[in-house]
Amino acid sequence: MKINRRTFIGSGAAAATLSAPMVQAAGHGKPRVVVVGGGAGGATAARYIAKDSDGAIDVTLIEPTRTYYTCFFSNLYLGGFKQFSDLAHTYGTLASAYGINVVHDWAIGIDRNAKTVSLAGGGSVPYDKLILSPGIDFVEGAVPGWDMASQNAMPHAFKAGSQTELLKAQIEAMPEGGVFAMVAPPNPYRCPPGPYERISMVAYYLSQNNPTAKILVADPKPKFSKQGLFEEGWQNHYGGMIERVGPDFGGDNVSVDVAAMTIDIDGETEKVDVCNVIPAMKAGRIADIAGVTDGNWAPVNPEDMSTKADPDVYVLGDAAQQGDMPKSGFSANSQAKVCANAVRGALTGSRVFPAKFSNTCWSLVSANDGIKVGANYEPADGKISSTGGFVSQTGEDAALRKATYEESEGWYSGITSDMFG
Amino acid sequence: MRAGFKALVVLAAGLGAQSAVADTLGDTENGKALYRQCSGCHEIGAGAKNKVGPQLNGIFGRTAATIEGFRYSNAFQRAGAKGLEWHAEELHVFLEKPKQLVPGTRMSFRGFTKEEDRADVIAYLRLFSDSPADIPEADPTATATDHDVAPEILALKGDPEYGEYLSSECTTCHRADGADEGIPSIVLWPEEDFVVAMHAYKSNRRAHPVMNMVAGRLSDEEIAALAAYFAALEN
Repeated sequence: MKINRRTFIGSGAAAATLSAPMVQAAGHGKPRVVVVGGGAGGATAARYIAKDSDGAIDVTLIEPTRTYYTCFFSNLYLGGFKQFSDLAHTYGTLASAYGINVVHDWAIGIDRNAKTVSLAGGGSVPYDKLILSPGIDFVEGAVPGWDMASQNAMPHAFKAGSQTELLKAQIEAMPEGGVFAMVAPPNPYRCPPGPYERISMVAYYLSQNNPTAKILVADPKPKFSKQGLFEEGWQNHYGGMIERVGPDFGGDNVSVDVAAMTIDIDGETEKVDVCNVIPAMKAGRIADIAGVTDGNWAPVNPEDMSTKADPDVYVLGDAAQQGDMPKSGFSANSQAKVCANAVRGALTGSRVFPAKFSNTCWSLVSANDGIKVGANYEPADGKISSTGGFVSQTGEDAALRKATYEESEGWYSGITSDMFG
Repeated sequence: MRAGFKALVVLAAGLGAQSAVADTLGDTENGKALYRQCSGCHEIGAGAKNKVGPQLNGIFGRTAATIEGFRYSNAFQRAGAKGLEWHAEELHVFLEKPKQLVPGTRMSFRGFTKEEDRADVIAYLRLFSDSPADIPEADPTATATDHDVAPEILALKGDPEYGEYLSSECTTCHRADGADEGIPSIVLWPEEDFVVAMHAYKSNRRAHPVMNMVAGRLSDEEIAALAAYFAALEN
C-alpha cells in the first residue's frame, strides 16, 4: 500500500501501522525525556511533550540559566526600542503548570550506551529519548586576534544576556564621531538577517545620539539575507553612516588587535571605538560531547530531527544540520513541535503526523520600518527542503512597514508564550 | 473593558439571543436599499470621505471613534476609550436605537426597529470591511465577501487531534490563550468562519504573505481539522 499524506491522515489503520511500537523502557515506569537547552528549540519541545502527553512522560529540562534572554529582539534593545527586561523569561510556568523537572545546571557529559546525561553539579539523569538544543558556540581561531577571553573587550553579543548589555553600554559610551565596527560571520550562522538588523539598530541609536559616528562592517560574504531591503533602508534612513566592506575588497581577510582596539581589513588598520566580533559558528559544545556532530554541526533526519548518529538522540535548532531552514528561533520552535510529536509517538504510541516546518524572520530597519522573509519546509531528498516562501519588497509604503513591525511584536508575544507557557 | 461593553450590549439587547443575532447573515441587496437612510451622513465604498458622520469602510473590528480627522462627540470618544469595538452584535444594538448604546451621540437617526432590517444593513456594511487594509486579519464577523467556499468543503468534519498537531504552527505567532498583542486571536471562532478565512488566504483572495504561505499548503481536510480544534480551544 502506498501511503501518501491524504490517505495517511484519513486512515486510522494506516496511522497505527506507521506509529512506532510502544517503547516501555525496561526496569522503570514512565518513559523519560531529557531536554538539554532551554531556548526556542528546547523549551518548546519540553513544553509540548509534557503538555500533550498529560503526565505519561517524565520530562526533564536542563538549562544553566534561571533567566533566559532571547537573542531575537535583542537588536531592538540595542536600538532603544525594547528594554533589556523585555527579553527576559523564566522557567517557572514550565515547572508549575506543565510538571517539567527544570534543572538549572550544565550538562557536561553524555553516555549514549548507558543513556545518561551527567551534570556539572554532580549526578546524572537517565533518558529514553534525549533532545539537544544547545544553540551555538564559536569556531576557535575564526577571527585572528580574537578568542573567548576577548569577549568583554570585543563582544560578540550573539548569545543574549550580559554580552548584549555590554555591547549596548559600549555603543552608548562611544565618543562623538566615533567608529562602531562589526566583523560579520561567514555562512552558516545563527539568524541570517541578525548582523544586518543589528547594524540598522546601531545606526538608529547613533543617528539619534551621535549622528557624526560611523559604522564599519567587514563581511566575508558577497551576499546576505534581505540585502536589497536593508541597503534601501540604510540609504533612506542613515545615508552615509554605514560602510560595508565585502569580500571583493578584503572583507574576508580580517584580524583584530584587542589591546590596541584596532581592526585590520586586508592590510589596512583602523582604530575603532567599539568592535563587535561575530566569529564563525558551530553547534553548542554538548552536541560534540555527545558525539552526534559531523564537522561543525549535527546532521539530523528531516522527518523527526533524530540524529544520523543515534535514533534516540535528537538535535534541534541552530546546532542541527537539517537542510534548507535558516538557523532561527522560529525554525527551532517549528522543529521542536515536529520532534515532540515524533518522540511522544515513539514513547507512548500516540498518533504521529507528517513533519511540516515553517519559518518567518522579521527585522527592524528603523522606527516602524519592519521587513520580513519566510518559507515553508517539508522533508524531501533526505533533508528539510523548502516548498516556497515570500520576502518583503523594496519600496513598500510606510503603513505596510509599520504593520509588519507591529506583527513582529505580536510574533514575539506568541513565540515566547509558546516556549515558556 | 471590552467585557464591560459586551455586558452592556447583551443587557441593552435584552434578548439573550446574541449568538443567533450575530450569526444571521442578512441580505446585502436590501441592506443597500436601506443604507440610503444612512448615506446622507455616512459615505461608504471606494474613496469614501468623512461627512457629517465618519466614513464606514472597514468598520468591523474597529474601535469606536478612531477614524483620524473626524471630530467625534465626547460620548463616542468615551465609548471608544472604554473599548467599544464594532462587531455584528454591537452594530445590532446600536442600529436598533443608537442612544441605547452610546447615550449622547450626535447621530440623530432613530434606528431600525426590525431585526431583519438591521441584519441586512450589517451585511451590506460587511461588504466594505474585508480588504487588504485589514491586514493581518479581517474581523471574523466580516467575512461575507469570502463566502464562496464550496458547500462540500464547508461540510467537512475536521479531525481535532490532527488539528491540534497542525495548530502548533499557528501558535508560534497567534497566542493559544487568545491574547492579541499585534497578531489577532484565532481561538473560539465559529468553524465556518475559520474555514472561509483560511480558504480566502489559500486562494490569495485575502492578501497577507505569511498567511498565504501557511494556508497555501494546507489541504481542505487540514483546514477543517484546524477549524475544529480552534473552535473548541478553552483556556
